[in-house]
Amino acid sequence: MALFRVALLLAATLCAFATPVAAQVKEELLLSKRPQKLLSAYGLFVDGSRQVPTAGVLPYDLQVPLFTDYAEKYRFVYVPDGQTASYHDTEVFQFPVGSVLVKTFAYPADLRKPEENVQLIETRLLIHQEAGWNAWAYVWNEDQTDATLKVAGKVLPLEFVDLAGEARSINYVVPNKNQCKGCHSFDRAVTPIGPKARNLNKDYAFANGRENQLIHWSGMGLLQGLPAFGQVPNVPAMDDVTAPLNNRARAYLDINCAHCHRAEGPGSTSGLFLTYGEQSAVTWGYEKRPVAAGRGSGGFTYDIAPGNADESILLYRMVSTDPGIMMPEVGRTLPHEEGLKLIRDWINSLE
Amino acid sequence: MKITASTITSFVVSGMLSISAFAQETVNVSAEGSFQENLQEALILAEPGSTLMLPAGRFELQAALSLDVPNITIKGAGMEETVLSFAGQVSGSEGLLITSDGVWLEGFAVEDTPGDGIKAKGVDQISFKDIRVEWTNGPDAENGAYGLYPVESKNVLIDGALVKGASDAGIYVGQSQHIIVRNSRAEYNVAGIEIENSFYADVYDNVAIHNTGGILVFDLPNLPQMGGHSVRVFNNKSVNNDTANFAPEGNIVATVPKGTGLLVMANSNIEVFGNEFAENASANVLLAAYPREYNDENYNPLPRGIYVHGNTYGRAGWEPDKAVAELIAPATGLPIPDIVWDGAVDGVWSAFFGPDEQDRIIINEAEGTTFANLQFVKDLVLPWGADPKTDIADHAGERSRLSAVQLPQLDSD
Repeated sequence: MALFRVALLLAATLCAFATPVAAQVKEELLLSKRPQKLLSAYGLFVDGSRQVPTAGVLPYDLQVPLFTDYAEKYRFVYVPDGQTASYHDTEVFQFPVGSVLVKTFAYPADLRKPEENVQLIETRLLIHQEAGWNAWAYVWNEDQTDATLKVAGKVLPLEFVDLAGEARSINYVVPNKNQCKGCHSFDRAVTPIGPKARNLNKDYAFANGRENQLIHWSGMGLLQGLPAFGQVPNVPAMDDVTAPLNNRARAYLDINCAHCHRAEGPGSTSGLFLTYGEQSAVTWGYEKRPVAAGRGSGGFTYDIAPGNADESILLYRMVSTDPGIMMPEVGRTLPHEEGLKLIRDWINSLE
Repeated sequence: MKITASTITSFVVSGMLSISAFAQETVNVSAEGSFQENLQEALILAEPGSTLMLPAGRFELQAALSLDVPNITIKGAGMEETVLSFAGQVSGSEGLLITSDGVWLEGFAVEDTPGDGIKAKGVDQISFKDIRVEWTNGPDAENGAYGLYPVESKNVLIDGALVKGASDAGIYVGQSQHIIVRNSRAEYNVAGIEIENSFYADVYDNVAIHNTGGILVFDLPNLPQMGGHSVRVFNNKSVNNDTANFAPEGNIVATVPKGTGLLVMANSNIEVFGNEFAENASANVLLAAYPREYNDENYNPLPRGIYVHGNTYGRAGWEPDKAVAELIAPATGLPIPDIVWDGAVDGVWSAFFGPDEQDRIIINEAEGTTFANLQFVKDLVLPWGADPKTDIADHAGERSRLSAVQLPQLDSD
């Protein structure tokens, strides 16, 4: 801490004598084929340990997040100065080369107090380079001063208190580069998942006030092509009980499953497609038989047995933590109790 | 793509390293330290065109391995010498996942994965040469589903493999095109070798023994690639398939009767010749329609254009299981004939006058080969039912032979 103060003083002194230079994102490093060894090199944060982004790096949030063992996630987007992402109704926005999506995974010591005693675990970068998107994971050091590139992944034992006040210990898995592509894949190319219109269509507490994210992005020139607002797709939050159960369940499956379970995704071979817009009932699992489920079938006949969640393969695989059975294949070691309740209620409500 | 013997550069992988940009380099993966990290890092950092050499030894892996770099050879010291054991695997749904083109795997074993053994998804040119995948505790519903599992791939070679104990299929090729499975041995699996929803496959010179069903050629509904066709099954031995079905319920292979030599379900243009079928307690050869309800207007559930000739048939059908016991035995009595076709055809016209010529089942076998057409459709349509027809001469005829599958990775032979 003493060192930290000295550094601050030094910085203040330097500023007093030199022309002040605003912290800047290092665009040339983002475009370099080789990743930087330290996260700090990219200049994405003015204070990484407190996740304070550099000007131009915008925090954002998703309406329904992907479940990752109850980790807190801090998301940021950077689009190079003077360029814009292009709106799309159903797919991920088209981001220009040089853009980066930043996601930091963190655990508060007690999930009931998400602002306190937060330990940063890893920060993942999805960088849009000339040759396409590239994914890298950086693991935070113990002092939380910087994060180091991990290409081959890492298993980190972690402890936290969950929302019910129970002590949990997990083996958190930092994905290796290939595992990133295990989810972030569209027609075999690395691609973002989250920043779609329906996921971003929600309010966010920006520094200068609360506003819908899409309107905000559009207003600051980061996004082009946003249609009249009533035409923008939206999905309900998981816990919005005023919204139809069907929409909440399909939105949950969309963000948690459909990056693989779609015709262009790694799970295409199953023929089970869970995108929010999938209309064919058998295709989203309704009385659909398994194909290559093996033990994952649990002895059940259908992915979704309407009215019978406990005999539905879909739910069985979401409950399991056995690597030969569980879904998603990576990204969790715990069952997501709230998600399970939603999907169980939904399947039981189907006729 | 074949192994290049010339070792241009050679160095040990350990910890973080920088890989020089030479193509066709050889990387010796170190057994020192964490083999999991050494190998996974080598798989990620490999330059296209290089060969990763795995040392002899037995290695315990905790997480799935994956390769996404094209034109890579992974070579071990032999299927008994280099063993990757996944008995303690805690993450990942297969042992090794390949997602890049032009990959050649040779001379190592994968054991006891909680999920599938080696999966190749969406790969153009994937070769498995002298690879063993085994669940060492023998047949068990808790074993992983597939041993060798190329899917949605093109130009697939499986040569000299040994696969044991898969709770679905030992060698499974799904939704793929241009496939050769040869010189391999599948035993104690539910299905020994299964070709599913695939086009242009040659399955030959294999031994399928002590499985529930030896060789299966299936086509299933509700999948991105359907309409399996142009599969040749020849010069194989499918014998003594005597393991009780241990597949988890819900999977289509859970319906395969114990003691099935060959089962062709749906598909068109299948040629079966020069095989030896024997000691299969349910039946040597079954030709059947997809038996379940389905909701897919683009799917054809019938086997069409099947050509069976010049095979040899030993003892079979003395103790039938599952549908063979429930549906076939009451109609034919025991033993079940060597070749049974369920007689499901497209509509009433075909039921009475036979299917179109290109869809006919043609059989040319040695004198004494027994046969039954169960006439399921006619049996359903006629108030008084229909008895099986057992005159094999009804199916006499010739059909032009299917051509051999060519694979680019074998061009240098």
